[in-house]
Amino acid sequence: MKLKSYGEGIAKGMLVTMKNAIRDPITTQYPEKRLNISRRSRGNQLVWNKTACISCSMCARACPVNCITMVTSRDENKKLQMDKMDVDTGVCISCGLCVEACPQKCLFMSRDYEKAVYSRKKLKLTKEDILMTDSSKPSGYYSPENETKLPKQTLLIDGKKWDK
Amino acid sequence: MALKTETFILNAGPQHPSTHGVFRMRLTLDGEVIQDVEPVFGYLHRGIEKLAEGLTYPQDIVFTDRLDYLASMTNNQAYVVAVEKLAGIQAPERAEYLRVIMAELMRISSHLMAVGFLLNDLGAFLTPLLYMYREREKILDLFDMVCGQRLTYNYMRIGGVSQDIPEEFIPALKKYIDSLPGFINEYEQLLATNEIVLIRTKNVGILTKESAINYSAAGPVLRGSGVKWDIRKADPYSVYERFKFEVPVGSVGDIYDRYRVRIEEMHQSIAIIRQAMEQLPQGEIQAKIPKVLRPPKGEAYGHIEGPKGELGFYLVSDGSTNPYRLHVRPPSLINLTALKELLVGVKIADAMAIFGSIDICVGEVDR
Repeated sequence: MKLKSYGEGIAKGMLVTMKNAIRDPITTQYPEKRLNISRRSRGNQLVWNKTACISCSMCARACPVNCITMVTSRDENKKLQMDKMDVDTGVCISCGLCVEACPQKCLFMSRDYEKAVYSRKKLKLTKEDILMTDSSKPSGYYSPENETKLPKQTLLIDGKKWDK
Repeated sequence: MALKTETFILNAGPQHPSTHGVFRMRLTLDGEVIQDVEPVFGYLHRGIEKLAEGLTYPQDIVFTDRLDYLASMTNNQAYVVAVEKLAGIQAPERAEYLRVIMAELMRISSHLMAVGFLLNDLGAFLTPLLYMYREREKILDLFDMVCGQRLTYNYMRIGGVSQDIPEEFIPALKKYIDSLPGFINEYEQLLATNEIVLIRTKNVGILTKESAINYSAAGPVLRGSGVKWDIRKADPYSVYERFKFEVPVGSVGDIYDRYRVRIEEMHQSIAIIRQAMEQLPQGEIQAKIPKVLRPPKGEAYGHIEGPKGELGFYLVSDGSTNPYRLHVRPPSLINLTALKELLVGVKIADAMAIFGSIDICVGEVDR
């Protein structure tokens, strides 16, 4: 390499760095400002619609890490009822196979994030915790009806100026 | 008076910023020159091959995500290709095209990481790497839109894909594909003519054609040494024979050639995605498969061209719902066997650059 040309490439590179130094930031100031997450987001929690459930245990069988514990029994009319449905979110890997296995489409992934708790015991959710209420946020994963209702995901490629 | 000297053992890793995960090299040094290298791995061993024997075929897809966590989509694809070969299932056309689009996006993403980390290893601390992260983030946005997660996609299914793409996917993908060549050119401007990068990468860490074949290296490491071998051309799977693309090769086999091959492959992937978007047919995305899949007795080896090289899954079925044996042919581990030849005799300062140019992912090495 000739000594004469030395430094030309570095100067070119510096020009690119300069250009990037004065452009708008692409990150967002997270807790204050939030982007819309994906409509099909697979958050680390389940939402369970009790009325549609037929207690078939397909979700528990589909789980690759056995994080769903399900105990069912028959009531006096010989109808299956759910005694226990525990979801250990500390074990859950959010793969979504339980949602796909559900024949009644009564199980949804949740769009909630920020699910940190103070003790490991609280990670184990009972059927009351995952019950579908007005405040729960079922995601559109495997559920086109939910998907159309949800707001569109913010994409980095659209180049929004987040902080302005 | 003669000085008494002795060799010096240096542990690089497992917690070393440049070892790309928990990988350890025991380097025997004579001054600054490496005399011997002993790779130590297994810190990330999770026993995925054994775990897979206790799970059904569809459940194993989840665990393939965790092999090479920078290229989960291609891991999914390699596994489902193997199972489909074993059970004799043909995925519908639309699903095959979607798989190709996802796999090529994944290849771009993985190569972005590879060249970004290479520059990080050379001492360009974080700046070029974070440019790469920025571009990769856009790909992850697209994956997030399709399957709901940024890293462990779990998108491909035996006989298809899990969900169809949403309607806003194709416009976003088009926008991204149009912007990407400009970014790669900007990156080239940043580094391809940079004298320091050239001095540190040219004629350093040369892997000859013969030894690359002898080590059965694959992917950019093999092609950087000048061997034109790509599974997409050599043994076409999916719908790859319908696309026009080149297989870029290097000439010398040094770090620079491997870097160039990766940059060129990104351009080729863009071309493939453009063609796939044009030809994308309408229709089903999932073939009809039995609810409980029991492939016939036998064995199958399915392989694809992953971002890091030939990724293969070898499956043995005993006719039950679970695989009798699952073996992974991880490109990272096989490419890593060439490390000793590359490192012995070079200066310690080049060790990390050479190691970075092989582009390993420890999740795949240890499994």
